[in-house]
Amino acid sequence: MRRVPFERLANPQLLALTGVLLLNWLLFPNFFNVTWQDGRFFGSIIDVLNRGAPVAILAVGMTGVIATKGVDLSVGAIMAVCGAVAATMVVAGYPAPIAVGAALLAGLACGLWNGFLVAVLDIQPIVATLVLMVAGRGIAQLITEGSIVTFNDPVLIFIGTGSFLGFPMAAVIAVALMVSVTLLVRRSAIGLFVQAIGVNRAAAALAGIRSRMLLMLVYGLSGLCAAIAGIVVAADIRGADANNSGLWLELDAILAVVIGGTSLLGGRFSIPMAVVGALIIQAMNTGILVSGFPPEFNLVVKAGMIILILLIQSPYAALPFRRRLVTTSKATAK
Amino acid sequence: MKRSLRPLAATAVIFFIAYALSVLQFPNMLSTRVLGNFLTDNAFLGITAVGMTFVIISGGIDLSVGAVIGFTGVLIAVLVSWLGFHPLAAFAIALGVAGLFGAAMGVTIHYLQVPSFIVTLAGMFLARGGASIITQDSVPIRHEFYDTLGDLMIRLPGGGRMSFIGMLMIVVFLGGALLAHRTKFGSYVYALGGNPVSASLMGVPVAQTTVQIYMLSSMLAALAGIVFSLYTSAGYPLAAVGVELDAISAVVIGGTLLTGGYGFVLGTFVGVMLLGLVQTYIIFDGTLSSWWTKIVIGVLLFMFIVLQRVIFAASAPAEKSPEKA
Amino acid sequence: MTESQYVLEARGIIKIFGGHIALDAIDFGLRAGEVHALLGENGAGKSTLIKILTGAYQPDGGAVLVDGEPVTLDNPLHAQTHGIGTVYQEVNLLPNRSVAENLYLGHQPTRFGLVDHRQMEADARVLLTRYGLTLDPGSELGSHSVAVQQIVAIARAVALSGKVLILDEPTASLDRNEVERLFEVIGELKRSGLAIIFITHFLDQVFAIADRVTVLRNGQLVETQMLDALSRTDVVRLMLGKDIAFNGSTDLEPESAHREVLLEFSGYGRKGTVSPFDLTIHKGEVIGVAGLLGSGRTELARIMFGADPADQGTLRIEGASEAIRHTTDAIGHRFGFCPEDRKAEGIFGDLSVRENIVIALQGKLGWFRALNRDEQLEIAGKFSESMDIRAASLDMPIKLLSGGNQQKAILSRWLATDPAFLILDEPTRGIDVGAHAEIVRTINRLRDDGMAMLVISSELDEVVAYSSRIVVMRDREMVAELHGKNINPGIIVQAIANHPDEAVS
Repeated sequence: MRRVPFERLANPQLLALTGVLLLNWLLFPNFFNVTWQDGRFFGSIIDVLNRGAPVAILAVGMTGVIATKGVDLSVGAIMAVCGAVAATMVVAGYPAPIAVGAALLAGLACGLWNGFLVAVLDIQPIVATLVLMVAGRGIAQLITEGSIVTFNDPVLIFIGTGSFLGFPMAAVIAVALMVSVTLLVRRSAIGLFVQAIGVNRAAAALAGIRSRMLLMLVYGLSGLCAAIAGIVVAADIRGADANNSGLWLELDAILAVVIGGTSLLGGRFSIPMAVVGALIIQAMNTGILVSGFPPEFNLVVKAGMIILILLIQSPYAALPFRRRLVTTSKATAK
Repeated sequence: MKRSLRPLAATAVIFFIAYALSVLQFPNMLSTRVLGNFLTDNAFLGITAVGMTFVIISGGIDLSVGAVIGFTGVLIAVLVSWLGFHPLAAFAIALGVAGLFGAAMGVTIHYLQVPSFIVTLAGMFLARGGASIITQDSVPIRHEFYDTLGDLMIRLPGGGRMSFIGMLMIVVFLGGALLAHRTKFGSYVYALGGNPVSASLMGVPVAQTTVQIYMLSSMLAALAGIVFSLYTSAGYPLAAVGVELDAISAVVIGGTLLTGGYGFVLGTFVGVMLLGLVQTYIIFDGTLSSWWTKIVIGVLLFMFIVLQRVIFAASAPAEKSPEKA
Repeated sequence: MTESQYVLEARGIIKIFGGHIALDAIDFGLRAGEVHALLGENGAGKSTLIKILTGAYQPDGGAVLVDGEPVTLDNPLHAQTHGIGTVYQEVNLLPNRSVAENLYLGHQPTRFGLVDHRQMEADARVLLTRYGLTLDPGSELGSHSVAVQQIVAIARAVALSGKVLILDEPTASLDRNEVERLFEVIGELKRSGLAIIFITHFLDQVFAIADRVTVLRNGQLVETQMLDALSRTDVVRLMLGKDIAFNGSTDLEPESAHREVLLEFSGYGRKGTVSPFDLTIHKGEVIGVAGLLGSGRTELARIMFGADPADQGTLRIEGASEAIRHTTDAIGHRFGFCPEDRKAEGIFGDLSVRENIVIALQGKLGWFRALNRDEQLEIAGKFSESMDIRAASLDMPIKLLSGGNQQKAILSRWLATDPAFLILDEPTRGIDVGAHAEIVRTINRLRDDGMAMLVISSELDEVVAYSSRIVVMRDREMVAELHGKNINPGIIVQAIANHPDEAVS
């Protein structure tokens, strides 16, 4: 019996990305045009990389959380908090590196708080992270005192709008983060352990894997990624907007991870594919924008994507391919 | 006392202490004027929260309610102001659309066996996006029927007014309480939240009940959208952004267990009133900024989640292995 | 058979899962006013038979008859309309709702379309007094003991069905007094003419309450007998398949005095799980654990491994006093544990065979001393070869492997950690003959290499073949330790069956 797993037939994420990009190209023939100007690249495709970066950064952290069968609803609010921390600190005269460091620490602290609720108090992830989702924006506004804190610090602005080797800084940060986190989890045993507790926590405990530290780690990482995304977004608009920074981006990040092939039920994950998922979402956003549809059309398209993915992943969709598998698994079920 | 009543009792005690302290500081807060406004200002949140209570008791969550409020407002505004429908006809259409929308979400959740949060997330995108596609601007609603409803109120002694929408909210709460505690449907909702496997073995029609729960939530959100349009006399696609979080918070603070199985519709009323009190206090104080509302709600939410964890974990049946999920 | 007509009858029931015959032409008849015990070890086919009788499964052959009429039972609710009600081990009621609602859910009395709570609670009170319960019907079900919940479940099942009551291990989590109380209820129901199927692992309970007994083994009907014709030992023999040819004692060197002591458990135990026990385990010996399901044998393993840590007693490892509070402590002392429920606690179904094999070793190494892919492949390859794991690829998800190959992979997982003490809970259950032989061979080989093992198994022949000592568990207590010539299936069966305070009860 030969059965090639669906994921291996071709990489559906990359196929989807190619498809969306080609569609954009059909609608907007200049889509792939890239020009060199003022020491950096310009063009729609570069724009996709740049604008997709915040969600891609969030998706890096979210992947680990979802792989443990969890979810982190608070990342959007954490972005707002960390953007606010960075902005108010540079405005108060601290050098940019210290402001950025403080913002990263704030994000890490928020993530560890979530991890504490999930790992130690054993609260359902969706419930535990709801607390910061609700309170986070209030904390961010508390920091910015309700106004949009604008700043002129060149170093901080560079993070959002600068370029490196001609590529937008945000995209460079996202790629660097993706590569380093992927290396961290794949070169260490963390990735294996995260998958193990996502697939079967009882078996993991018997195999001698302590899940608490791992959960703290993945939620902490998610908070840290949210902090980076928050700094990038704040630096991009040269200000911290506590109300709108990262609004609903947690949902985009979850969607990116799910598009990237990580199941909401935990287990196998791929960080690069989640980043590709973020790019797919952004490519569609950009496509809708450049072809003149109202940007709100995005939401409808995203809804369609979720429904499509749910259908693909549903037990019914798999039936024709897996009938044999289903009967055998029934047999072993007691 | 039943353990399921403890969080509610805590909420009620917190509410009365907080209210008493507020009144000591600002005696005006005891006036019927403030109380009347209390009900009017929170009517749409309260009505939404009733539907959310059912969803959460059943073990689910509905992230789409804020978007449904926005969509309903736009739909009604367009039907009334642009297409010349009578508001009552527009209300009926809006409720019907919302019912179908909720049914579709319920069907998806039950038959595709996916977490409710991801399905209702798609619903949120769909409703918000749909509203924005119809119009991106605020559409004013001018119709004498709206004025009639706006004038419909009971004058309370002391200068306060009990508005139509305030009364509507109270009626919805009473109806919701009746539905939850005195009907078979209500008992099925609790059964699903308690243990879906047992529920189906005991003969609960799981599919039908799930669909009905999400229909109820969406239709109450649509009713909240109608109330919101009465309140603002306009329909705006970005209206009520984030209301789902307020509704969830009110439900949890009102003593409903976020993991399902326990809760009270009237507890949600206390939760809504507590949220309203926080807001009113901040307005009265004048020096406190509005963001304190969110922080206080977050802190309350945290307190109640931990409180529920303690109350329900302590008496839950011992598990074979502490590591078991 | 010439007896009176059966209320519920199964004729020639066949059930096949995949290629495995779970039930092979089973005949079963239940009379009104009798308590009929259904016995068998795990995998004997009891639960499959029950699921067919309650409509949860459909038979692949044969017929189910109610009052002599063939019926098709679509699901448990449909079975209820034929008068068949079931109460499960884990109470399938709603702990979050009131007792009254649990009794009447779906059938609540209504008044003007609304549920009449007062009427419902009054009805409930009347109903409960018939079962000897005086409690507030408005109280939350979860606030009562499991025994009370069981009685409520029985009351609901009887009220809604009324002809046949199936009790699927209702006593598993009850204490002695609660069991007695439950038995009074069952006795009352029996006298009122109900036909009752009673499933349990506790033999003394069978003898206390049942009139007839049916024993299944490996999907086959072994025997249906009046219980007064049987002794306790007879029943155990029927269940374990020992036609007691007394095929001799072990040929192993029985005395292990000259061997080095590895572990000394003294007064070791956990409240409510396993009574304190003393056990010394030497290097290079296999301790067999015999006992029926529910005797505390799995719990014994979990306590030793720290999955449910001991709360009393001491442990010395190679003479040094040690504490095991978590599985990682046990693994640190070179323990390994293959659990009984492979699917729920053993395999990581979506992970590859390779990852499943290396995970315990990696867990020991920690987060940062990661085995790279080549090292993982080498380790996994080595064990898959020596254990003869049949997988198309080491990178395929382990859930696609057969049960036997999964078991070999889990065994490999622990062997990769180079354990000094290995606990195997039913290592050969539910796997094919080839894998079975391979695992037994491995146990022998590891023993000869000097590893200490504790093997829990219901296959007495097998335990006898490789164990140098056998401990017998009964009622969550270690009741016997058999050496030398005492190690033979007959004596083990007697040790399992014997009840020290039989005279008392």
